[in-house]
Amino acid sequence: MKLVIINYGSGNLHSVNKAFEAVNNNLENPYEIIVTNTPSEILNADKLVLPGVGAFQDCKNAIHKIDGLFESLEQVVIGEKKAFMGICVGMQLLAEKSLEFGECEGFGWIPGEVIKIEAPADYKIPHMGWNEVTFRNHELLNNISQNTDFYFVHSYYFRTQKNENCIATTKYPNPITAAVLKENIYGTQFHPEKSHNNGKQIITNFLEWEPS
Amino acid sequence: MLKKRIIPCLDVDRGRVVKGVNFVDLIDAGDPVEQAKIYNSEGADELCFLDITASSDDRETLFEVVKKTAENCFIPLTVGGGVRTIDDISRLLHHGADKVSINTAAVENIDLVAKAAKKYGSSTIVIAVDAKKNGDKSWNIFTHGGRKPTDIDALEYCIEVANLGAGEILLTSMDRDGTKIGFDNELLSTVSSSIDIPVIASGGVGNLEHFVEGVLKGGASALLAASIFHFGEYSIKDVKTYLAEQNIAVRI
Repeated sequence: MKLVIINYGSGNLHSVNKAFEAVNNNLENPYEIIVTNTPSEILNADKLVLPGVGAFQDCKNAIHKIDGLFESLEQVVIGEKKAFMGICVGMQLLAEKSLEFGECEGFGWIPGEVIKIEAPADYKIPHMGWNEVTFRNHELLNNISQNTDFYFVHSYYFRTQKNENCIATTKYPNPITAAVLKENIYGTQFHPEKSHNNGKQIITNFLEWEPS
Repeated sequence: MLKKRIIPCLDVDRGRVVKGVNFVDLIDAGDPVEQAKIYNSEGADELCFLDITASSDDRETLFEVVKKTAENCFIPLTVGGGVRTIDDISRLLHHGADKVSINTAAVENIDLVAKAAKKYGSSTIVIAVDAKKNGDKSWNIFTHGGRKPTDIDALEYCIEVANLGAGEILLTSMDRDGTKIGFDNELLSTVSSSIDIPVIASGGVGNLEHFVEGVLKGGASALLAASIFHFGEYSIKDVKTYLAEQNIAVRI
């Protein structure tokens, strides 16, 4: 089984790769982890991970700059319904559009838009640090207790159009989407690769997940 | 609720910890990776390396340390010291740093802040500010590891870099650094109340109450300490337990 981590120059690629490797090494049947941006390798993936930090538009442009990258992703994720996980901006890209630095279209795989966090004046932006997550029961959140802390760094968040696509939230002090899910497409706003043991559990759950 | 972060900071010289504590189980007290692992397991919310290597020829050792730390510690890692160019930032991130802190280079070339934030995202760029009091509610910044004075006002500078896209300010009081008499909470609250981005308190912490004051009086989002942890006076756990007892939200 092949797990592809998409390399389009994202700053957290190394951290994501190392965390997935660490978890993968403890699996009974480890994946072959491939860090790549080559369409032919992406087309052979069984699972995919899209990291992302920085501005929405920059990430999107970086993906589209690589010939055939987006098309191969679309084929594997939408066409063949392979398990996909986006992290931070990699998750926000799933939205229809983002309002960060003007309007920018996303992948449009999950209905909703990425908007600025609205918080009272005494709340710092970016929302940076460890915050509690509550969630709907799902195998992707196995062995995680309600109100577990995860590491967040962001100023914008994914407001899903449908409640059913938001499977986890945090509060700052208003509710903020912490994880999205639509069929085989999953994403976390927080950084599992930086969330210590609970983050590793999130990665384990994704590696064990078989979307129906 | 968002937790207040406790960040141990390690000074690293040519790949070795300068002021390391002799933890009981430590194989090599001078190895930053070993120290980082201990802090990681004790519940540190982030780690910070400050590279004080004088010669750029010896910088390669730092990359190896960052790489190994990132392979072992799955919490955010900030690396600073001698970061001067976009290429420096890129290399640190490539080796596994999550954030890069910039001090002198940002003062000398303020455009670097905007460029770096645009390229790597605000959340990746920490601006380290060394400030020294020069009057009533007024502080000037110093560069070159606190050796070179400037006539730049600390508050104005922090506001400027925040507007340019810095993700965080690491604010060190030079008056308090090494004194163990507590953070300069006046400096912290003056800056923190004037900018939207988080402020990390640094310099002067000597006991558990100082951490509490940094949050309640200084308005800090995170608290950085070096020697108090290295010399084993308090563990990360001691600090967090005490903060929790004072009803300050921490990750236990």
